[in-house]
Amino acid sequence: MSQTHAMRDKILPVVTILLAVLVFWYAAAAWLNAPFERDTAARAGTTIALTDLLKNTMMQERPVLPAPHQVFAELWDTTVNKPITSKRSLVYHAWVTLSATLLGFAIGTVLGIVLAVGIVHNRAMDRSLMPWVIASQTIPILAVAPMIIVVLNAIGLSGILPKALISTYLSFFPIVVGMVKGLRSPEQIQLDLMRTYDASPAQVLTKLRWPAAMPYLFTSLKVAIAISLVGAIVGELPTGAVAGLGARLLAGSYYGQTVQIWSALFMAAGLAAVLVLVVGMLHAMVLKRMGARP
Amino acid sequence: MNLIVIGALAFWLLAWAFNEWLVRLRPASKSLKRAIDIAVPLIFGITILVLWEGLVRGFQVPVVLLPPPSMIWTRLIGSLPILWADFQQTVLKSVLTGYVLGCGLGFLVAIAIDRSPFLQKGLLPLGNFVSALPVVGIAPIMVMWFGFDWPSKVAVVVIMTFFPMLVNTVTGLSAASSMETDLMRTYAASWWQTLVKLRLPAAWPFIFNALKINSTLALIGAIVAEFFGTPIVGMGFRISTEVGRMNVDMVWAEIAVAALAGSAFYGAVALVERAVTFWHPSVRGERA
Repeated sequence: MSQTHAMRDKILPVVTILLAVLVFWYAAAAWLNAPFERDTAARAGTTIALTDLLKNTMMQERPVLPAPHQVFAELWDTTVNKPITSKRSLVYHAWVTLSATLLGFAIGTVLGIVLAVGIVHNRAMDRSLMPWVIASQTIPILAVAPMIIVVLNAIGLSGILPKALISTYLSFFPIVVGMVKGLRSPEQIQLDLMRTYDASPAQVLTKLRWPAAMPYLFTSLKVAIAISLVGAIVGELPTGAVAGLGARLLAGSYYGQTVQIWSALFMAAGLAAVLVLVVGMLHAMVLKRMGARP
Repeated sequence: MNLIVIGALAFWLLAWAFNEWLVRLRPASKSLKRAIDIAVPLIFGITILVLWEGLVRGFQVPVVLLPPPSMIWTRLIGSLPILWADFQQTVLKSVLTGYVLGCGLGFLVAIAIDRSPFLQKGLLPLGNFVSALPVVGIAPIMVMWFGFDWPSKVAVVVIMTFFPMLVNTVTGLSAASSMETDLMRTYAASWWQTLVKLRLPAAWPFIFNALKINSTLALIGAIVAEFFGTPIVGMGFRISTEVGRMNVDMVWAEIAVAALAGSAFYGAVALVERAVTFWHPSVRGERA
């Protein structure tokens, strides 16, 4: 019974929309790639039949919009058929990006939690820091990320750390905001109970505030991991197209390799989905161990 | 340790102590309380600038790494025409057009699929998924399709802002409780009347949430898209070329302008939000 419900309420609508997107994509690919085929035919002095035209638009070398099966063929080719250590392997590039993402995410999480604990326990910090934490996010840091990378490179900081720092900057914000909210979520009556137990602030933190903040923390973590990935990808743009998904995007745009751009995009999308999923699973596990009902 | 560093550190400690004292005050009048609320973060900001200036000058940090604020300021004042041209190209043309188009489209689509639960169930998970994706990655493709000038940036901004708006509006439209919709039903209100008089007002907090998220996203999208090809004007173009020429003070001036524009944009949206959703607890709470 519940299975049919899930089928009707979740899978069927999503699959329908996905199919619609796929059909639309094929139509758009045919429409956008057709002018090139007509030009080629006109230059050769022939006219091209509609069936040939459609067939050709699906397998151009450098299409305006690659057809879905071209993208998936490229994805398959660069992930499965290439050795992982090869520079042509998308898995290798994804790993480069992923390592920067995870490092930045880890630093951002620790920094965010420490700041949030400080803000909750110190009024001066709360009043003076919080407005600036919010203001810091209106700065389009992602836009200046490449500059930060170049400057850090200039003083000899290169490799994974500069990219990770961009991810850190982006990911600490949702965690600070979420954790401050979470650490303040215990009710007054619960705080009063801790007071009657003569609990020290550290005990209140570890035994009451911290557990209460868990749901908020994981909600923030999901946002933070997705945004860390974006940070790492943008951070790779100026590094001279060496390695990483961002570098693949840039190289693809330089050489007009649209299929390569799209496959890098899909890889990034898949990576984001997996990361968010992993955080979601951790969330479920922690909640279960804390005895929360689903 | 030299004098400048010690001076900056001393200023920092003094300001910190002053802030601690300010926070502990229990002012009687409301206006004084407001003044303190503004003064505390302001003092903190000034402290950071002084500390930055002092440390950079005191330790003689190379300008390439981090120029002192005073130097950025003189550069900012000195090259206002260039910065204004960049601002026009990036913010006024790309960001605002894309923001209005993207948010408007998201809103309209959300209204359009409002009557079809099937489409909602299909689009919502996808919209949530796309919101988590590195959408800026489509920038090179858009530059290929729409050329180097601002239309390609508008396209990137539209795609980046569309999905957060869609998801938030759909969630917001279902925020009205069934009690309230039942009441509208007893009034024999049509779908339109229910939408305009009940469900849209109930959805405003969600919609403004999306508008605020999108205000920063739009600026980011436009500037990043300029890294992939632009005419010789624009904030993203200026940042990437001046970095190449190691004119770091100019880059920082551009960052300052971007930060100012971003904050002003966000602030404007927040102000409109306070005016429109004056009834919401989070707004009322601040006033009391």
